Amino acid sequence: MSVIYILLTVSVVIGVAFFVIFIMAVKSGQYDDDYTPSVRMLFEDELVKEPTNTSKQTKTD
Amino acid sequence: MENKTCFHCGDDCGSHPITFQDKSFCCNGCKTVFEIFNENDLTCYYDLQNSPGAIPKEIEGKYDFLSQENIIEKLTEFRDGSVEIATLYIPHIHCSSCIWILENLNKLNPGISDSQVNFGKKTVRVTYNSDTTNLKAVVLLLSAIGYEPYISLDDFNSGKKHINRSLIYKLGVAAFGFGNIMFLSFPEYFEVNEFWLEQYKPLFRWLMFAMSLPIVFYSAQDYFISAYKGLKAKILNIDVPIALGVSVLFIRSTVEITFDMGSGFFDSLAGLIFFLLTGKFFQQKTYEFLSFERDYKSYFPIAITKIDKDGNENSIQVYDIEKGDRILIRNEELIPIDGILINGKAKLDYSFVTGESQTVSKQSGDKLFAGGKQTNGVIEMEALKSVEQSYLTQLWSNDVFNKNKEDGFTNITNTISKHFTIAILTIAFIATSFWLFVDSSKAMNVFTAVLIIACPCAIALSAPFTFGNLLRIFGKQKFYVKNASVIEQLAQINTVIFDKTGTITSNKDSSAEYDGELLSDSENIVLKNSLRGSNHPLSRTLYTILEENNIVTLDTFEEHIGKGIEAKHNAVNMKIGSASFVGNPNTSALLNTTVHVSSNNIYKGKFTFYNSYRKGVSKLFNQLKKHFDLVILSGDNEGELENLKKLLPAKTKLIFNQKPEDKLEFIKYHQSEGAKVLMIGDGLNDAGALAQSDVGIAISEDVNVFSPACDAILDASKFKQLYSYIQASKSAIKIIKWSFVLSFFYNIIGLYFAITGQLEPVVAAILMPLSSISIVIFTTIATNFLGKKLE
Repeated sequence: MSVIYILLTVSVVIGVAFFVIFIMAVKSGQYDDDYTPSVRMLFEDELVKEPTNTSKQTKTD
Repeated sequence: MENKTCFHCGDDCGSHPITFQDKSFCCNGCKTVFEIFNENDLTCYYDLQNSPGAIPKEIEGKYDFLSQENIIEKLTEFRDGSVEIATLYIPHIHCSSCIWILENLNKLNPGISDSQVNFGKKTVRVTYNSDTTNLKAVVLLLSAIGYEPYISLDDFNSGKKHINRSLIYKLGVAAFGFGNIMFLSFPEYFEVNEFWLEQYKPLFRWLMFAMSLPIVFYSAQDYFISAYKGLKAKILNIDVPIALGVSVLFIRSTVEITFDMGSGFFDSLAGLIFFLLTGKFFQQKTYEFLSFERDYKSYFPIAITKIDKDGNENSIQVYDIEKGDRILIRNEELIPIDGILINGKAKLDYSFVTGESQTVSKQSGDKLFAGGKQTNGVIEMEALKSVEQSYLTQLWSNDVFNKNKEDGFTNITNTISKHFTIAILTIAFIATSFWLFVDSSKAMNVFTAVLIIACPCAIALSAPFTFGNLLRIFGKQKFYVKNASVIEQLAQINTVIFDKTGTITSNKDSSAEYDGELLSDSENIVLKNSLRGSNHPLSRTLYTILEENNIVTLDTFEEHIGKGIEAKHNAVNMKIGSASFVGNPNTSALLNTTVHVSSNNIYKGKFTFYNSYRKGVSKLFNQLKKHFDLVILSGDNEGELENLKKLLPAKTKLIFNQKPEDKLEFIKYHQSEGAKVLMIGDGLNDAGALAQSDVGIAISEDVNVFSPACDAILDASKFKQLYSYIQASKSAIKIIKWSFVLSFFYNIIGLYFAITGQLEPVVAAILMPLSSISIVIFTTIATNFLGKKLE
């Protein structure tokens, strides 16, 4: 048997796998909001100050 | 003194800013919000954006209903044990600072475990622990930091919203199939006669066939359904030739591979559907945060305070109000039902309902109508009807609100496709009969080839891309259009009807003219200071109009409700109010709204209030008058007639004292006479007229909250641009016509190959995507150019 069957199977399986991932992504709501995540990502860079008493309290919950 | 802007909200601080930590604030509210953020290490808020906040509003008692079990049930989308999730609509969300603070709510209230913002929809989804906090506390916290949620009767039935994602799935399926089929047809394009390629050709072809099945039967199903519906209604819409082309492509390709005659056109088929769906997707993207379908439910509160027989106050749902119930309306609350005033002085702002801008006074025993907003303290009333039966809500039972405007409208694509389909079928039959005589073996091939190549993919794409792009450009210019067909209808308008109050006049600032003896300096000071203490809407307006004067403490100040104010300072004793109250000898019945003034019992004069017209009204009307019939349709009395006549071009029709139904009927009548009506209005009183007109545009000072059902929402600041928007719509139609010309050009080249019987798959594979892509590029560039001109 030829190797082409294996190659074709592999390529189609990969294609289908990506397609399934895409469907899952849509279902999870990833495409519902296409702006906020891009902003949210940048908030990680905010300056972290020494935690004061008040913020310590809130974080224990 | 140099005026500073508020560190929190960016407003002018006036002459007395509140200073805290070397920063100026315009009011205590803003300062308090800053303090809250400061204490909780959240001042990062101000690093992201300058003065991003809003002044928090007074909210005493307003959200009491949120502690009610059945209301929480309706508003939350998830409740299990101690975890509750609620999604709240917050109109104020406008920048990245807002996202940041709203996603850090857990630092302000430890009961909140998570909050997530959807910027596009302006909502925040809050997860909180109901043991340590509750929905009311969350809403109060949001209000306290200037992000007051907007909760209306509309939210009542929509705890869980169903999101329709089917178009994305269809597009995904088509993209998947398109990519793989292109890849599999490569050997066919190059026609390499190599041994193993020849050997595996059938396998490749059947794989392509398999991939095309979901595309044809799932992704393209809307086109078949629409074509079937069109044919059933005897309309040749654009989907008929598309469905025809898709089926012919599919059947001929299947036949070809079954009998080993060729490779078929699966690549073109997949590409065609992929491009068409892309166009649809582009057109569907509108403004998620705006609602174009608002009815009374978006305005009415969700709950109201009911007083039972023992005098206890309970919050009940608005839908549960029964005839005979006694209800309490607080200051600034909207009356949800028709009823009779029992207790208290009612001063109602009916501008939602009638368009009349001044408040109406009501005495105990008078009838109150739903939609009025109480502006003078607490009142008690007895319900006469249920919510659904009230006058205002009855307006919504009018048939116009159930009518879909797009149904009766043949758009440009469908008009052209009608001729197009007939022409293509004719060409196909003539070419086929020709080949039947010359070479009958080719006849069937030619017939299908014509139908394949003529499939109006490019025509179907040009309108979605042109309108879609224009929708986006308009949106940037604060003119939010519901969908593409509205732009087309806007291009055909020949009559423009304006509402007056709130539309061509601004609700925010009106002007007053003084008529009478000049007041002395000391009198002016007393006047200004006594107005300062009064809560009456006219006093408030007059107070902001008058020039700044020193603040003094009045010796006496007395407000006679329904009459006026009496105030004394040093030797000046002033009366401000109605003509009879100040002792005006001639009380002629005037249509205008006036405030009279007397000093030490000597009549001085009166302030007459005029509507203040939006900037550029006159210029706009002069631009419009050359092309359209202009009408002003107002709910107000004729007090402003002379003023309007001076301001507007002579041929403008001015019609006053119009009730909501009158406006609707007026438009209906003119439409039956053949007019294409553009209605521009604002309040609920225009809702019927907006729905009846061909295009209804709502003018709004705050696009997020107040706009009735309409086809487009225009930000009040862009009112004077209206004419250029109409012009742009007309240009868009021209762009589409030009792209049709372009696509006909491609079709003629393709038809040459098809009729002469030499349509090879590779020709189709090149020509079809090329025509689609070049049309998209052409319309995008042309509309962007149009957008540049608008700026």
